[in-house]
Amino acid sequence: MSRSPVRLFFFTLPLLAAFAGCTGAGDGRTRITFWALGAEGEHVAKLMPAFNKRHPDIDVRVQIIPWNAAHEKLLTAFAGESLPDMCQIGNTWIPEFRTLNTIDNLSPWVAASKTVHESSYFPGIWDTNVMDSLLYGVPWYVDTRVLFYRSDLLAAAGNAQPPGSWEEWFDCSAKMQSRFPGSYANFFSTNNEWAPPVILGLQKGSSLLKENNTLGDFSGPEFTAAMHAFYTFFKNGWAPVKTAQIVSVYQAFAEGFFAMYITGPWYIGEFMNRLPDSLQGVWMTAPLPGPDGGIGLSLAGGSSLVMFRQSKHKAAVWSLIEYLSEPEQQLEFYRLTGDLPARVETWRDPALAGNRFAGAFFLQLNHVRATPKVPEWEQIAQKVREYAELITMDQYTVEDGLRALDREVNVILEKRRWLLHGR
Amino acid sequence: MGGKRAVILFLGPALVAIGVFFFVPVLAAFALSFTDFDIYALGSFDYARFVGFKNYAQLLADPLFWKAFRNTLEFLLIGGPLSIGVSLAAALMIQSKLVRWKGFFRTAYFTPVVTTLVAVAVIWRFIYHPRFGLLNYLLSFAGIGGIDWLGDQHWAMPAIILMAVWKNFGYNMVIFIAGLQNIPAELYEAASIDGAGHLQQLRTITVPLLAPTTVYISILTMIGYFQLFSEPYVMTQGGPLNSTLSIVLLMYQQGFRWWNMGYSAALAFVLFAFIMAGSFLQSRVQKRWEAS
Repeated sequence: MSRSPVRLFFFTLPLLAAFAGCTGAGDGRTRITFWALGAEGEHVAKLMPAFNKRHPDIDVRVQIIPWNAAHEKLLTAFAGESLPDMCQIGNTWIPEFRTLNTIDNLSPWVAASKTVHESSYFPGIWDTNVMDSLLYGVPWYVDTRVLFYRSDLLAAAGNAQPPGSWEEWFDCSAKMQSRFPGSYANFFSTNNEWAPPVILGLQKGSSLLKENNTLGDFSGPEFTAAMHAFYTFFKNGWAPVKTAQIVSVYQAFAEGFFAMYITGPWYIGEFMNRLPDSLQGVWMTAPLPGPDGGIGLSLAGGSSLVMFRQSKHKAAVWSLIEYLSEPEQQLEFYRLTGDLPARVETWRDPALAGNRFAGAFFLQLNHVRATPKVPEWEQIAQKVREYAELITMDQYTVEDGLRALDREVNVILEKRRWLLHGR
Repeated sequence: MGGKRAVILFLGPALVAIGVFFFVPVLAAFALSFTDFDIYALGSFDYARFVGFKNYAQLLADPLFWKAFRNTLEFLLIGGPLSIGVSLAAALMIQSKLVRWKGFFRTAYFTPVVTTLVAVAVIWRFIYHPRFGLLNYLLSFAGIGGIDWLGDQHWAMPAIILMAVWKNFGYNMVIFIAGLQNIPAELYEAASIDGAGHLQQLRTITVPLLAPTTVYISILTMIGYFQLFSEPYVMTQGGPLNSTLSIVLLMYQQGFRWWNMGYSAALAFVLFAFIMAGSFLQSRVQKRWEAS
C-alpha cells in the first residue's frame, strides 16, 4: 500500500500532545515523568518525598491519568511520540504495548537487582508480565476475583460453609432458592462483566484460544462445559437474568437480594463502608470453588510498572521501580490505597494478616492464570460477555452461541493469523 | 493583475490552513479506510495491508453497525422533529406580545445550549435515577412507577432524546426568533383586519414565511443529530444492550478503544455518505416545494 497518507495522518497527531513531552529540569537533576492511574496516582505522590530524600538527583513528576481514559491516552501518546518515562498499566495491557514494541525488557535490570526477585511474587501474577521469556513489567499491586458471600443467608438455608466445589455450589444455590423464593443465590453482572464465564472456562481447563492464540476455542469441549454450568445458574433461577434491575450492588447485597457475588478486592473497602453495621461480621470472602473441589482458578489481575523504550533516563526509572517494589513501600501503599501488595512476604505483616477479608485473596492468588497474551484480548473478552449474556437470555443455545462467538473471534484474530502464517 | 494578487494574498493563508488541517486529514482518512490499519500497524507500518473495499463490506455485514444505524435513525427521526417543534413553539411564545421579560426567557432557554454536556449529564442522571429521581417522583403521582430510564433497553433511547431536545432546542429557537422578526408586522395587521384568527395567521403567514428558516434549521439539525455521540458517551456508554449505541459512538469505540482505524475510517465515510444524501434530499424537497 501507499504509506505516505497514513504517515501524514499521524504527523498531525503529535501537535496535540507535543506540550506534554518536555523533559529535563533546569537545575541539573534528572527529571522523569511517571503516569499513574486514578486513585493510585493520587496516593503514590505521598511516597515521593522519601524517594527524593534518597535520590536527591532525581526529580519525579507524577501525572495522574483517569483509569477510564488511560488506555486511549497511552495509545494516542504512542502515536504522538509523547509517552512518559514510566507508567502504571493494567497487566492485561502488556501484550498490546509489547506488540507496539514500546515497553522495555526489564529482565537485565531484575538480574542485577537486590530488591526485585521473581521468587518474591505470586507466580501467576509474575507470569502476566512475561512474554517470550522476557519480563516487561514489575507487578505493583495485584487483584483477582473471589467469592463474596452472606454467611447468615447461607447458614439459614443450611450451608455452614461457602461452597467448596461446583457440585456444592449448585446444591447451595438450590437450597437458597427454596429457602428464599423471590431472591437469588448468585449475582453475575452479565451486562458489563466478562470475568465470570471466562473464570469458569479457565477452571474447566479451557485455553480460551488455540493454535498459538490464532483461533477461538470457545466451542471446544472445556469451555462448552463451563458455559453449560454458567447457564445452569440462570436456567434454574439461581441468578437474575435481568441484571439492570440491580441499580446498586451494595443495596441489593444488603437487602439479601442475592447472597453470593464474584468480584475483586476493591469491594472489601466498599462493603466495609457502605453496608450497614448489622451486616458487618456477616459478609465474608472465600476462594472460588473448583469444578471438582479445592480452590478453582481465578484471573491474574493487577497493575504493573513499565519502562518505556524511548526513555532517556532508564537508570532513574529503574531506581523508582525498585523503590516502589520494596516491601515497606508496598505495605505503605496498601495502607494508603487498600490495593493488595504484589510481594508475598508483605502478606505476613499484621496490616494484612489482621484483615479477615484478605485471607481468601492470599489463597486465591496462588491459583490465578493469565488470560491469552494477545493484543486483541480485551476486544475478544467483550465478545465473550456479549454472547454469555445472549445465552443467559435464551437468545442462543449454549452450543450455537459459542459457535457464533468463535466465528466472531476468528474474524478479530485474522490479522494475527496473517502475521504468524500468511506473510 | 494587482487584484488577482490581492485575492491570493487574502485567501491564501485561510486556504493553506484549511488544506493542511482539513483536506489532507480527510484524504488521509479516506486512504486509511481502504487499509486494515490497526494496533499492529501502529507498531510498524509494514503490518498495514491494502484491503480494498473489505472494511466497507465487513461493515455492511456487521449487525452492530445496523443496530447503531437504527438507533441513530430513531434519534434523528423522533428527536429532530421534536426538537424543531419545541424550538418553534418556544420562539412563538417569546415573540408573543403577551409575554413579558422576553430577554430573561430567551437567556434561560438558551442556557442549556452553552452549558457543558458533562455537567448537564450529571444533573440528568439524577433526574433519571430509578429510585430517587425527580422524573419517577413526578410520574408516581400519575400512578406510573419504577421506570429504570437509563438501565432499561427500551427506555434508554427515549431518555437520551428527551435530554438532547432539552439541551439543544434553545439554539434553533434563537434562529426562529430571528426569522419571526423578519416577517413584516403589516401582514398580521392586514390579516386581522380581514378577520383571520390566530391559528389562521399561523398557518397562512408565519409557517410559509418561516419556510426558508425551517429548511435551514432542519438541515442543520439533521447533520447534528446524525452525529449523536456525547449524550450516550457520557450517559450510557452505548448500553444497555447497545440500545443507545450511535454510529459515531461505534466509530469511536472501533477507532480509539480497539484501534481498528481502517474500519473506523470506513464508518466515518459511510456516515458522511448518509449525511450528504440526507442534505441533498432535503434541499430537493425544498426546491420542489418552492416551485409549487
